[in-house]
Amino acid sequence: MATAPEALLAGADTDDGLMAGPPSRARVTLHRFAAHRTAVAGLAVLLLLFVLAFAGPHLTRWSYSDIDYTALRSAPSARHWWGTNRIGQDVFAQTVRGLQKSLIIGLLVGVAATGGAAVVGACAGYFGGWTDRLLTFVTDLLLIFPGFLVISVVSPRLKGGGWLVFAFLLAFFAWMVTARVVRSMAISLREREFVRAARYMGVGPLRIIARHIVPNVASFLIIDATIAVGSAVMSETALSYFGFGVQPPDVSLGTLIADGTGAAVTYPWMFFFAAGLLVVFVLAVNLVGDGLRDAIDPTSDRRGRSPRTRRGGKAAAR
Amino acid sequence: MNGRPGDPVLDIRGLHVDFAGVPAVRGVDLALHRGEVLGLVGESGSGKSVTALAAMGLLPGGAGVRGSVRLDGTELVGAGDAALSAVRGNRIAMVFQDPLSAFTPVYRIGDQIVEALRTHQDLSRERAAERAVELLDLVGIPEPRVRAAAFPHEFSGGMRQRAMIAMAMANDPDVILADEPTTALDVTVQAQVLDVLRTAQRETGAALLLVSHDLGVIAGTADRVAVMYAGRIVETAPVDALFARPRMPYTLGLIGAVPRLDADAEGRPEPLVPIPGAPPAPAALPPGCAFAPRCPLAEDRCRTAEPELAAAAGEPHLAACVRAGEVSGLRPLDVFPVPAADSPARGAAGGRPDGGSVLRVSGLARTFPLLKGAVFRRRVGSVHAVDGVDLDIRAGEVLGLVGESGSGKSTTLFEILELRPPERGSVEVLGRGTDALTRREAHALRAQVQIVFQDPMASLDPRLPVGDAIAEPLRAQRADRDRIARRVPELMRQVGLDPAHGDRFPHEFSGGQRQRVGIARALAVDPRLLVLDEPVSALDVSVQAGVLNLLLRLRAELGLAYLFVSHDLSVVRHIADRVSVMYLGRTVEAGAVGEVFARPLHPYTQALLSAVPLPDPVRERARARILLPGDPPSPTRRLSGCPFRSRCQVFAALPEPRRERCTTEAPALAEQGGDHVAACHFPAARAVV
Amino acid sequence: MNPERGPDVLAYLARRLGYYVVLLLVAVCLSYALAATALQPRAYFEARQPPPRPAAVQAQLAELGIDDHTPLYDRFGRWAAHAVRGDLGRTIDDTSVSDEFGRRVGVSLRLLVVGTAAGTVAGILAGAWTAVRQYRLSDRLVTLTSFLLLSTPVFLLAVLLKIGAIRINQALGTDLIQFTGEKTPGLQGGWAAHARDRAVHLLLPSLSIGLITLATYSRYQRSTMLDVLGSDYLRTAQAKGLTRRRALLRHGLRTALIPMSTFFSYNFLAVFTGAIFTEAIFGWHGMGEWLVASIGKDDVNSVVAVSTFAAVVVLLSGFVADLLHAALDPRVRHS
Repeated sequence: MATAPEALLAGADTDDGLMAGPPSRARVTLHRFAAHRTAVAGLAVLLLLFVLAFAGPHLTRWSYSDIDYTALRSAPSARHWWGTNRIGQDVFAQTVRGLQKSLIIGLLVGVAATGGAAVVGACAGYFGGWTDRLLTFVTDLLLIFPGFLVISVVSPRLKGGGWLVFAFLLAFFAWMVTARVVRSMAISLREREFVRAARYMGVGPLRIIARHIVPNVASFLIIDATIAVGSAVMSETALSYFGFGVQPPDVSLGTLIADGTGAAVTYPWMFFFAAGLLVVFVLAVNLVGDGLRDAIDPTSDRRGRSPRTRRGGKAAAR
Repeated sequence: MNGRPGDPVLDIRGLHVDFAGVPAVRGVDLALHRGEVLGLVGESGSGKSVTALAAMGLLPGGAGVRGSVRLDGTELVGAGDAALSAVRGNRIAMVFQDPLSAFTPVYRIGDQIVEALRTHQDLSRERAAERAVELLDLVGIPEPRVRAAAFPHEFSGGMRQRAMIAMAMANDPDVILADEPTTALDVTVQAQVLDVLRTAQRETGAALLLVSHDLGVIAGTADRVAVMYAGRIVETAPVDALFARPRMPYTLGLIGAVPRLDADAEGRPEPLVPIPGAPPAPAALPPGCAFAPRCPLAEDRCRTAEPELAAAAGEPHLAACVRAGEVSGLRPLDVFPVPAADSPARGAAGGRPDGGSVLRVSGLARTFPLLKGAVFRRRVGSVHAVDGVDLDIRAGEVLGLVGESGSGKSTTLFEILELRPPERGSVEVLGRGTDALTRREAHALRAQVQIVFQDPMASLDPRLPVGDAIAEPLRAQRADRDRIARRVPELMRQVGLDPAHGDRFPHEFSGGQRQRVGIARALAVDPRLLVLDEPVSALDVSVQAGVLNLLLRLRAELGLAYLFVSHDLSVVRHIADRVSVMYLGRTVEAGAVGEVFARPLHPYTQALLSAVPLPDPVRERARARILLPGDPPSPTRRLSGCPFRSRCQVFAALPEPRRERCTTEAPALAEQGGDHVAACHFPAARAVV
Repeated sequence: MNPERGPDVLAYLARRLGYYVVLLLVAVCLSYALAATALQPRAYFEARQPPPRPAAVQAQLAELGIDDHTPLYDRFGRWAAHAVRGDLGRTIDDTSVSDEFGRRVGVSLRLLVVGTAAGTVAGILAGAWTAVRQYRLSDRLVTLTSFLLLSTPVFLLAVLLKIGAIRINQALGTDLIQFTGEKTPGLQGGWAAHARDRAVHLLLPSLSIGLITLATYSRYQRSTMLDVLGSDYLRTAQAKGLTRRRALLRHGLRTALIPMSTFFSYNFLAVFTGAIFTEAIFGWHGMGEWLVASIGKDDVNSVVAVSTFAAVVVLLSGFVADLLHAALDPRVRHS
């Protein structure tokens, strides 16, 4: 796990030693990202999916909970664009609604988990000593503690706004690996001369963390947050698939896939729209993450990805 | 200095290398003859290493190579991997700069040499292992049979470089290319390794191409020298001629910019001559001579066409300068003007300033626990990083603190800067002991002591505009907004930067400019004492001179005191009033610079001074060198008696009965006349420069 | 040079193990506290048809040691006292948890070991190969495929494999690919027939675990390999006369394997989670399926048993990663 972030740190050092006024870092990053064709495609797909998720419900006259008794298990048609399920609900309305829920949960979890990881990792790494030992122990404990258990016991009992609690739980069990990486980066940053310089000038520790440590791991955090969104969606759908996530009558891509699985061979529209959108979304997120890594990290020559991209339910069953 | 029998063994003609269209080497011709040492000098980015790598066909895939490299008539440019593999390591061998990363970390040193042997020779495993041990012995590795089984990380830097040379010698090559072979090493180890390199060349009879940025190393080792600038060879000549009468202004400037250990007739160092500006970007070369924008002698014709490398009437001295004839015979100061304010302004020699003490350290010690284990760490011993350091700096005085890596210089600095009660001994800053400071007092005292680090890139936060970086100590001392807004441009002007560039990021500046930012930041809160940790060692020679001159000027203008830490004795000679020498965490000798350098008393100081190469081939050949054996002992073990005796040439020469004192009694710092102190039982002055 | 190295490594590993044991104990206590307070076995019994008498429910709960009226630390004390002797208590159906554990642990481990082992080896080879062939068509194809696999949650991959198998079976008109359970119940024939039957059943579940392991490992190995490609020692290896291919294999790949050991434990976490879904989808009666079923039945003791197993597996994989690291990197062994 050490390679990629170390390289990122090293990358900050790359120095052409010239005074010719090279373009700003942000422009270079943007330029490199734009040159990454698959990443740009991924970004375009992501934007389309967001438009679909939030505009989709207004495009159709069916709501995700409406039941059309005249059309049970009907194939895609002008009336029901993506067909209906076995009790006559419109698959398009349901899928866009599920997509919306999955996207929101994914974003919330990705941002919250990465933010938490940044705080814990930076404090553990910068302060060292007992702070480090304590935080490391908690991190290790949560890594082996079966989060799956907590989530699967708690979520079925949640009502109404329960998906927020569910998202919080997902985030709570998703930050540990990132925190470890941030910690190791903070340890090496602590010994860097500019941090030492600040310390000897009398700058306080919290200010050093906020001004010097976190901004210098920011590029890693941006990449990590992107990929965390993808894995959060995979966790969410996996748990929802087994009934441990988003609860009816609300829907997510996971519950839709669960409902459609049995009919996948006979009534493929009930399954493949939701499944396809899920894969396309996560793929797009991963491609954007890959492109960001290449763009931000000047030492990566379109290298492979770090193992941050993780299987479904990564957060859950630790 | 032997003749050149017949054709060159390695013949490089019209070599061009570019990376993605950006030229790195632009038409290099070099001929290497059997048994000769050719020095290739240049600053970073001049293309010297790329030339060496191109000759081996070891450039990364993206490099475009044109021209011709012939090894005994066989063309290597464009040859396939199989053909090149048969030549590499067999007929051309290479010694790389950084010996730690150049060995595969997971294989034993012996096995890596065996691999080199068995790739080209039909040897049994046992025979090859035997031969590897012989080679390690030849390059002076103690207990070679045991050491062959060690992994690279278990070797010290000097030992790794010896092993690297052993590997290069393995197949008795015709050509050895050494790319900055001693750059990462301490000066005493550098002397050992250069010695081994000469041995290797003698043993194999190979031609040696020595690539280096260090004019002293080149002067002492090479028979002929080629100087590179912006991807071309701008001057080439036999070593004596090149140093005595350079014909290219760049070479002249380079020689003038190097601080020298030896002094002029009056015993005072000459002012350093910085070359203005910085080398051109390879992607944006000026039309005409690449050096013209920095050259005080440039004329209009220099800016239109690039001059050819040409000789004056059949001499072996070639220079790429249209005014070569006029340059020959000039001194650096005649060509490159030094602003009056930048030349060293010394107080009267001998006497110390009367100002109060800004720093007084006595008997300082710092031990670190030697830890094992990743989670439940346990202590298995102690590292005595600093073990008895005495320092004394008065207002307006510059103290040079010298010592090799691991001698505890940096730890000493950090102990002083932490402003907390020391483990042992005492630290007094501006007359205030650090053992009785409240947090508030310590914070206020921080404004009086500021630091400049070695690597200006590492010491500036890459995400902070330099203006903010300079303002940081002001903010830390809670200066108000107006004062900061006024002070930052003022500071930038003071260190020779354009105040309009305050919103730029560190990576937009050159190395020398970045170090100026670091100095401006340290000056922001008007400190009394500046602690400088190797402030110029990351800079190229021509830039280094400018920064040193700036430091001299600031000191004169602001009455600052400096604690100047450096491994480079020539730099200390140039800037410091007093010097303090450290070995294994202890002060072993201290005194006025002129006195200590002229009459060193401690055998370690003598060896250290003797190991520094002079950029003057004639004087360099005339010097007797004291070669220290081995590496410093590990600071985890505290020896009884004198810690230097394991490497001491004086101890080695003592008759047995007199040795006892060294083995049992640790020498204390004792006055040796005036304020010259040394920690040796048998001090005897010896001129070594 | 130091003859005491061997014991040093052992002492290091022993300390790691000690730390893991502490972690494990805390994790087990937490799991028990959580399961015992959040699960509601009383409700499970009360919901039975016909509704049992409250006294009977109370007696049953007390008998199983999961009576929510008893203070938590008493219940935990009783459970722990049995657990240290290897008795993990009774399931909610009043069978032995330890027996159930014994039956299921082998099932899970078979699946995990076969899937990860195959996926790891294939992934490392694919990663090294693509790194060397960077930007060629083969690299792009492998990269695209692994991205696609990495973007498919394991449960979805399992479902897709199952659907694919149904299609193939329909097309061929035979039950070529079996995907329910670990073996065909009541199969007649010799050991060869049984072995073949088991192998066929193992195919899809192992694939769903193995493919994703392959994809992750190939990406990661490609990246560590690319890091190594520009290294000084690879250049040294070529400078002494090794061909590029030989230098890559002997010096590059060998060194690029070191960071993979750290990755091993992280990956195993993910694989283990995936296996829960895989088991449930393919009807393997392993630990994952047990966990899902036990939560549904409010079976406190079984849930704690599976959680403990999960923690042990994760820690063991961490320990194996430490061992691998020490084995691969002399700098860890000899410092």
